[in-house]
Amino acid sequence: MKNLKIHTENMYLHYGSKMALNNISISIPENKVTALIGPSGCGKSTFLRSLNRMNDLIDSVKIEGNIFIDNINIYDKNIDVVNLRKKVGMVFQKSNPFAKSIFENVAYGPRINGINNKTELTEIVEKSLQNAAIWDEVKDRLYDSALGLSGGQQQRLCIARTLAVNPEVILMDEPASALDPLSTAKIEELIVHLKEEYTIVIVTHNMQQAARISDDTAFFYLGELIEFGKTKKIFTNPDKKQTEDYITGRFG
Amino acid sequence: MNNKKNSIEKVVGLFIHKKPNPADKIDITHKRFRWSDFIAEKIIKSVAFLSITIIILIFFFVFREAFPIFSFGEKEKPKTEQNSATQEQYGTETTMPEKQEQYGVESNEPEQQEQYGVQTDEDTTMGESFTPIEATESGSSTDNNKSAIKTLPTKTWQPVSDNPRYGLLPLLIGTIKITIISLLFAGPLAILAALYTSVFAPKRLKELIKPTIEMLAGVPSVVIGFFALMVMATFLQNVFGYDVRLNSFVGGIAMGLAAIPIIYTITEDALTAVPKTYYEASLALGASKWQTAFFVILPAATPGIFAAVLLGIGRVFGETMIALMATGNAAMMGLNPFESVRTLAATIGAEMAEVVFGDTHYNVLFLIGSMLFIFTFALNAIAEFWVKGKLMKKIQGK
Repeated sequence: MKNLKIHTENMYLHYGSKMALNNISISIPENKVTALIGPSGCGKSTFLRSLNRMNDLIDSVKIEGNIFIDNINIYDKNIDVVNLRKKVGMVFQKSNPFAKSIFENVAYGPRINGINNKTELTEIVEKSLQNAAIWDEVKDRLYDSALGLSGGQQQRLCIARTLAVNPEVILMDEPASALDPLSTAKIEELIVHLKEEYTIVIVTHNMQQAARISDDTAFFYLGELIEFGKTKKIFTNPDKKQTEDYITGRFG
Repeated sequence: MNNKKNSIEKVVGLFIHKKPNPADKIDITHKRFRWSDFIAEKIIKSVAFLSITIIILIFFFVFREAFPIFSFGEKEKPKTEQNSATQEQYGTETTMPEKQEQYGVESNEPEQQEQYGVQTDEDTTMGESFTPIEATESGSSTDNNKSAIKTLPTKTWQPVSDNPRYGLLPLLIGTIKITIISLLFAGPLAILAALYTSVFAPKRLKELIKPTIEMLAGVPSVVIGFFALMVMATFLQNVFGYDVRLNSFVGGIAMGLAAIPIIYTITEDALTAVPKTYYEASLALGASKWQTAFFVILPAATPGIFAAVLLGIGRVFGETMIALMATGNAAMMGLNPFESVRTLAATIGAEMAEVVFGDTHYNVLFLIGSMLFIFTFALNAIAEFWVKGKLMKKIQGK
C-alpha cells in the first residue's frame, strides 16, 4: 500500500468497563476514500472519533495501543490536540452549523487561526464554498443565517467549514444519513472530488454508498475489525463469511 | 345490565388508562368528550390568567393611588415665574430666613436641607417652579397637588417640609446610577462564572459550584445590606479613600451581590442549553476551549444571557432593603459614584410608613411605585425588540 496516512496498531478502546474496540490494526492510505461499514454499535464511529481525539471529551474513555498519523503517535502526551484537530477535520452525522451567518460559519476556522484580513477571509470562504459545491446556492445570501439553509445545504456548509481550515484528513460520520437522495448524490460527488486533495475516512450505513465512493472498505462487527481491503474485493468477493452475510443483507 | 356495566367502565376509563383489549375495534367515528383533559386544561388556564390578573390589579391599584397628582395639576398655568427669582436663592443662608418669613413660614428650611445631606451647589441654585404661596395660603389638597406636580421634574426631593418639593430627578438618577454600577460589577462576574462552570469546570466542581451560587439567591437582602453597611462600606472606604462612607458605589456593589446569583443561574442554564454539537464542531475545527466558549457558545446563548441581565436589572431596580441600608439615602443629583444617593424603591420603603394617608406625599410615593412598574415594562419591551430584532440578526445572520 502506497503512502500510508493513518495506521493503528493493536488499538483497544473502553467505555468504562465496556470494551468498544478490540485490537484494531488498520492502515489507511493517503488521498483515498476509506469507508467504515458495519451494524449500529459496532464501534466504527468510536474508531473515527479517536482519529482526531474527539473521544477525549468523554471522561470514561480509555484507549490503549497506538494510532499514527503521518507516523506520529497522536496519543503521545506531547501532542497538541488543538493542532491535531486542525490537521484532521471532522464532519458530523447531524449537520451542525453555528447560529451565525453563512459567511461567519466558514470564516470561523480561519479566524481562530489568526486570519483577520477581510480580503483574505473572503477568498478562503469563497474557495471553501466552491470546493464544497454550495457556492452557487449561497453566494447571494452569504450574510443570512446558516440555520435557514436546507439540511443538504447545511451539511455541505459544514464540509466547507471543515475545508476552510485546510486539513489533511477529513473524517465523516455518516454525513448523508439524514439527507434526501439528491442531496446525498451531491455530497457523494463532492467526496469523490475531494479525495484528490484530502484523505477521507467515512462512516456509512449505506452499503451502496460505500461501494460507490470508497476505494477501501473496512467492515467492523462488535468492536472488531473483521475485514479490510479494496472496496471492489470486499463487495464482490469477501474473504470472511460475516462480511459476505452483512453485505448481502443476510445478517442474522 | 350490560349497558350499565359499559357506562361504568366508561366513567372509570376516564381516570384509568385501561389496556385496550386487542379484540375491541377502536371506534373513531364518535367524538369522545374527555373530562380529565377538559378539567386539566381549564384549571391550567384559570391559574395562568389569575397570575396575569394579579399583576394587572397591582398596577391598577398602585396607579390609582398615584392618580390624584394628575387630576388637578393641569388646569391652571403655573404662576411660578415671578417667584423663581427668589426661589433660586434657597439655601444660600443670607437671604433665606427673610424670604421665608415673608410667606409666613417658620424658617426651618436650612435645617431641613442639612438633614437630607444636600450640600452641593447645584441643588441650591435651580429654577424651582413650585409655589410656596399657594401651598401655604390655601392649604387644600387640590392646590397642594397642583403645586406638587410642578415640582416633580425638579432636582430637590424634600417631601417633609413646609414647602414640600417632590423632585423625582435625583431619585431617578440615583437609581440609574446604582443600577449601572451594580451591573458593571455583577454582569461580568456572573457571566464569566457561568461560562466557567458550564464549559471549563470539571463535572464534580460544577456540581459543587452551581448549587452554592444558587443558594446565594436565597440570602435575604437585609443580610446583604447589613454586610454592606458594617463591613463593605468601611473596607471600600479604606481602599478607595472617598469621603462619604455610604454611597452609590457601596450600594451598587452590595446590590450586585444580590444580582449575581440570578444572572449566574439563568446564564448558566442558557449556556448549558447550547447544543453540544456546536461545541464539538468548533473543537473539530481546531478551536481551543476558550475560543469555543467565547466565539461559539457565548454568542449562541445571547438571548438567554440578555434575559438574565434583564432580570438582574429588575432585581437591582426594585431592591429596597440594600438601598436603604447601604446607599446613604441622600437625594443628590451628581454623577460621582462616591456620593450618597437615594433610590426610588428606597424612598417608598423609607417614607411610606410615615406618610399621611391621601396626602400629596402619599400620592407621589405611589407615583414612584407606578414609575418602577413602567420602567421595568419599558426596559423589557425595548430589550425584547432590540435583542430579537437587531442584535440577534447581527450575531446570527438575517
